[in-house]
Amino acid sequence: MAGKEAKRMGDRLAVAAENVGIPFISVLIAIAIASVIIWIAGFDPVAAFSALWKGAFGSGRQIGETMLRATPLMFTGLAVAYGFRAGLFNIGAEGQLFMGGLAAAYLGIVLAGLPAPLNIAIMLVAGAAVGAAWAFIPALLKAKVGAHEVITTMMFTYIGRYLVSWLVTGPLKAEGQIPQTEKLPLESTLPRLHEVFAFFPDSRAHMGFIIAIVLAVVVWWILKYTTLGFEARAVGFNPWASENSGISVSATTVKALCISGALAGLAGVTEVMGVHGRLFDQFSSGFGFTGIAVALLAKNNPIGVIFAAILFGALSSGSGTMQLEADVPSKLIFIIQALIIFLVAAEQLAKWIVGRTRKGVTESA
Amino acid sequence: MQQSLVELREITKVFPGVLANDRVSLTLGAGEIVALLGENGAGKTTLMNVLYGLLSAESGEILVDGEHVDIKSPQQAIDLGIGMVHQHFMLVEPLTVMENIVMGIEPSKFGVINYPAARRAVLEISQKYGLEVDPDAKIHDLPVGLQQRVEILKALYRGARTLILDEPTAVLTPQEVRELFAVVRSLVNEGLSVVFITHKLDEVLSIADRVVVMRDGAVVGETRSADTDTAGLARMMVGRDVVFRVEKDPVSCGDTVLEVDELRVRDERKLTAVDGVSFTVCEGEVVAIAGVSGNGQTELVESIMGLRRPESGHVRLRGKDITHARARQTIAAGVSHVPEDRHRRGMVLEFDLTENMILGDHRRRPFAKWGVFDQKVINETTAKRIEDYDVRTPSARVLGSTLSGGNQQKVVLARELGRDPELLIAAQPTRGLDVGAIEFVHSRILDERREGKGILLVSLELEEVQSLADRILVMYKGRIVKEFAAGEASDEDIGFYMTGGSDSSATVDETESKGVTRGR
Repeated sequence: MAGKEAKRMGDRLAVAAENVGIPFISVLIAIAIASVIIWIAGFDPVAAFSALWKGAFGSGRQIGETMLRATPLMFTGLAVAYGFRAGLFNIGAEGQLFMGGLAAAYLGIVLAGLPAPLNIAIMLVAGAAVGAAWAFIPALLKAKVGAHEVITTMMFTYIGRYLVSWLVTGPLKAEGQIPQTEKLPLESTLPRLHEVFAFFPDSRAHMGFIIAIVLAVVVWWILKYTTLGFEARAVGFNPWASENSGISVSATTVKALCISGALAGLAGVTEVMGVHGRLFDQFSSGFGFTGIAVALLAKNNPIGVIFAAILFGALSSGSGTMQLEADVPSKLIFIIQALIIFLVAAEQLAKWIVGRTRKGVTESA
Repeated sequence: MQQSLVELREITKVFPGVLANDRVSLTLGAGEIVALLGENGAGKTTLMNVLYGLLSAESGEILVDGEHVDIKSPQQAIDLGIGMVHQHFMLVEPLTVMENIVMGIEPSKFGVINYPAARRAVLEISQKYGLEVDPDAKIHDLPVGLQQRVEILKALYRGARTLILDEPTAVLTPQEVRELFAVVRSLVNEGLSVVFITHKLDEVLSIADRVVVMRDGAVVGETRSADTDTAGLARMMVGRDVVFRVEKDPVSCGDTVLEVDELRVRDERKLTAVDGVSFTVCEGEVVAIAGVSGNGQTELVESIMGLRRPESGHVRLRGKDITHARARQTIAAGVSHVPEDRHRRGMVLEFDLTENMILGDHRRRPFAKWGVFDQKVINETTAKRIEDYDVRTPSARVLGSTLSGGNQQKVVLARELGRDPELLIAAQPTRGLDVGAIEFVHSRILDERREGKGILLVSLELEEVQSLADRILVMYKGRIVKEFAAGEASDEDIGFYMTGGSDSSATVDETESKGVTRGR
């Protein structure tokens, strides 16, 4: 019996190892290929990657910068992952992010004067609600007439994106030359980590990071331990069996896409409240789209999203140092990102490599 | 000793955690029909997939015509004269019979297909073996039996001398089975050898020369079919004696549980699928709907369950109108449903057993309170049901997809009966199951009957209908065309009405089997 138990544990570990191993190996292979590219381009790959590491994790301030850049990606990664679990591809997280940001920039001014905790809570909830609302129409179209969410959420991204563009140059524009909204008052912003935790070194990292990690755990819990998440996963796997057991496929679809939208909306809210203190046209550098890559790398596991987002955040924050110290153009980071995504998508390739090495081990043993 | 055509020696194949084939040996002589018999999950298909080059074995050797071969792909198997017809056909539906047969090795010149030559080749083979087909018919217009014939022709066109048929009768009507058997015999007369994978005992006895029985990945017995009978084969296959005819008490009909009144339902193509059906099911009664697949049974069940909106008519459960109830309300009202397709509707294959065990009850106490699962209760219930229903599984945490068909069906039954329903709708509850599992499912259904539940059984298997039903309703083209009391009709009588016979017509319409492909 003990042997059986041990074997079961072994099987579980094998599954876990595969879920963690494949993305990990993909990252390693991506780094190896990138090294070759750097070398061919005439630079020193070792110097490049040590500079990248230093830039991302070399000091307290730089770790903070990595956390800052990982924060929006955690929210959008969670958003996309939740959608995927329900069988939905929310490609429009970027649009929901913009609308969340818009809600924060507007409410932050309107609510000025309220006590900060209340103010922050209202802005977070409202921003999430606006993100959800922006996903609601595509969700309804999907549920009622079967319009594909990839098309509709994408179109809604354009609408949201350019609505913000127009608002920050027109109706919501602050005084001055630059097209941006007014600076939020202090009580409408998220405190920085070093302001809250004395031990934390001075950096730009803000409370959004903590909120994102808490939410990742909450989303994991929802998926695993609530009827809401159960129904989402059931529909994602098998809508016919779900229907047969009394789950409304259309209601589940609407709920899941709205939750996804809410999470994406929070990315916008925390960027506005924690980083910029205002809204402007370029406040997101495609976080909604990078979120898709984060979700893929995390294999749609909410806890995995935390680590995948930190990796992407580190690549982003370290690239500057890499350029400065090793002369390697920071744009190269995008090649590494693309390689990681490519390799995760081409999971079979990584599996094949793992299989080869494993076979080699057993044969030599 | 006669030279064997194909010989498998000590084949061992391991899947993660499962020893699928444990040093299995099998020989096949020229002109021989060997039946590979065993329960689902016994390793029959795995063994044949190794021979056909779809899987590679961990150890063991394969000999063809006495020579060692290393078959790495189906193409190599085909080159060695081995053909396989899978359980699920691999045909391109919108293309014609001829195009499907020659596909991949079309007679052509400079990339232009020589259709006259292709037609000649196809007709030549089909005449040689007595496998008549219309080369210009589109696959999707053909009934399942003819599609299977096309698959066989495909293998023959590629020069197969050994033909592997994987559960070939699973999808066929009784009449199509007879035709298939005639075809198989004519192939053997032409010198081919056939491996016939099955778990149906009577088929083995009527078609095979020799039977190889597998259980749990190993060969447990081999016999000439002339030297055995169904009981003997069943014992070998399951490892114990099997009861075929179920014993049951005479019906004692209580209150009416289900009342279906003039129900009309349309299918996806907006065609009338259920055309004014009325019947009742009372407490402690098994009412069976017999019929060829695709005569409206699926739509009838779906509309009772609330998965499909009826056009008109009424469904009442203990007098309460549930005609327009959604599935959730129907379940809450006390209807349980064992769906005909357990992979599609019965369970979520990617869910583990605890999750599958609460599907449909996942919102209810004690499994969930305020939308949050009580994991302890769920785990305990699952463990108890796994025990009560003898689900063979390494743990409750394995995915549904890893279980064999019989064990999957036990999970579905455990869940649906665990709800303590008023009415059980069992649609083809033993489809694809082996004798051991069939026996189990039948005894559970009769347990429910004894407890006074109403049971609506939908089945294509006349044997099942005959042994379980108190009343038999024969459904044809969306109508109930005949009603029999238990024991009143022979299989032939029921078959007559199933295939479109009516009280006024004297002969059975032999060609009526097209309905089989509908709705699949």
